[in-house]
Amino acid sequence: MKKIEAIIREEKLNDLKECLEKEGIYGMTVMRVKGRGIQRGITLQWRAGSYTVDLLPKVLVMMVVSDEQFEKVIDIILDCCSTGNPGDGKIFVSEVSEVIRISSKERNVKI
Amino acid sequence: MNYADIVWVLISTALVMLMTPAVGLFYGGMVRRKNLLSTITMSALTLGIISIEWVLVGYSMAFGPDRFGLIGSLDWAGLRNVGYKPNPDYAATIPHLLFMAFQMMFAVITPALIVGAYVERIKFSSYILFTLLWALFVYNPVAHWVWAKGGWLKDLGALDFAGGTVVHITAGVSALALSLVIRKRKDFGKVQMEPNNIPLTLLGAFLLWFGWFGFNGGSSLAANEIGVNAFVVTNVAAASAAVSWMIISWLYKKPSAIGIATGAVVGLVAITPASGYVNALTAIVIGAVASVISFYFIRLRERLKLDETLDVWACHGMGGTWGALATGIFASKAVNPGGNDGLIFGNFNLFLVQLISVAVVWAFSFVITFIIAKILDKTVGLAVTYEEETVGLDISQHGEEAYGGI
Repeated sequence: MKKIEAIIREEKLNDLKECLEKEGIYGMTVMRVKGRGIQRGITLQWRAGSYTVDLLPKVLVMMVVSDEQFEKVIDIILDCCSTGNPGDGKIFVSEVSEVIRISSKERNVKI
Repeated sequence: MNYADIVWVLISTALVMLMTPAVGLFYGGMVRRKNLLSTITMSALTLGIISIEWVLVGYSMAFGPDRFGLIGSLDWAGLRNVGYKPNPDYAATIPHLLFMAFQMMFAVITPALIVGAYVERIKFSSYILFTLLWALFVYNPVAHWVWAKGGWLKDLGALDFAGGTVVHITAGVSALALSLVIRKRKDFGKVQMEPNNIPLTLLGAFLLWFGWFGFNGGSSLAANEIGVNAFVVTNVAAASAAVSWMIISWLYKKPSAIGIATGAVVGLVAITPASGYVNALTAIVIGAVASVISFYFIRLRERLKLDETLDVWACHGMGGTWGALATGIFASKAVNPGGNDGLIFGNFNLFLVQLISVAVVWAFSFVITFIIAKILDKTVGLAVTYEEETVGLDISQHGEEAYGGI
């Protein structure tokens, strides 16, 4: 099992949800985040001057998937969320040692 | 000159002024977070644009010396001949200048209502152009027909105490026409578009309720019994419609907060033309029916897949239509000897006149707005690019955002 943490553009979330649904993949945890990468932010206005926002709003999608599904999910995220411009985001992958379902107290749940 | 009258109409003018930013809050809470500033700004900026237009030409076109029953001449442009001396044709006991100011706030709020039709995708510059052209070619003529000395609908005997036809039908029907021209929002009908701040919508709705005491209560243009009646029935109709909408939404699912707030606004819309002519018991009926009508017109709009985003047509257009017809049904000389008796008192004529004025204003508002919108769409373009829409109008149009920080 792998945990995928994809930081993507806010506006791509709906597309991504749709693409994953087509493949029958529903489980996800979504967070609003702000952050920065190589891209250096945008300039906004303030009364009679301007200020730079160097932490840009993004969406963090966290999913835990089986090893079989993993490659497919990564492909979907790449297809869906890439515009080719800086600011598209990143995907972080890590191994998951165990999943526990709180409702049934079940250990070692298979995703 | 009566100084009590001056005080009441001054206060009413200030109350109606507050309604325009309140509309912005009401709408702003219902859009997505990236369009909140843009929505409030568009509603509120009509105060800036139309106040100036009104002083320069608007007041003269709407209320100036009549030409053929259709439009006012430009004799009063720049407020020439509009001074401290009362104008007995409109308000015999207050300065003419104050009557002008009171009417200014009505001219200001009407295009602010239409904003709900095109939020989240209109170009800011096109919004300014549209608002100006709409004031010149739709609002000013209709205000003249219904309210001005020599206006043809007024001479026909049409009753519109505080703007059911002039304000709400024009705004609502124009919203419908405009939504048929401007493109839909990207992913409309496919993606859930969540309201960003419902408390803001509630705040806007209840500030509207507060301001409406001036809107209707001040339309007596005097501190008198008719103003008191209008004040009372305004509150009762809003209450009745809010409760009625709550019940409908409860029957379907749960008592909705947005529903209660929307109901209140719809009740206020519907009582507006009738407020000087009906009593409190009638107001309960007018308010309750208004919510039912608007609720099902929202459903119809959804079924038609129209992106008339915040239902200006269903709420203001249909609420105003019901109010104008209800005036023809329930108006009573016992409430206001200066008014007329309606259908339930055996007077079919008033109802017929109300029907004619509704039909005429519907047709005129729809056609002229459709033409203005088409011309703007073909020349400067009404909507922003998809990319700008995706980023949101706050950043793309204003370079600011509503919720900064982490």
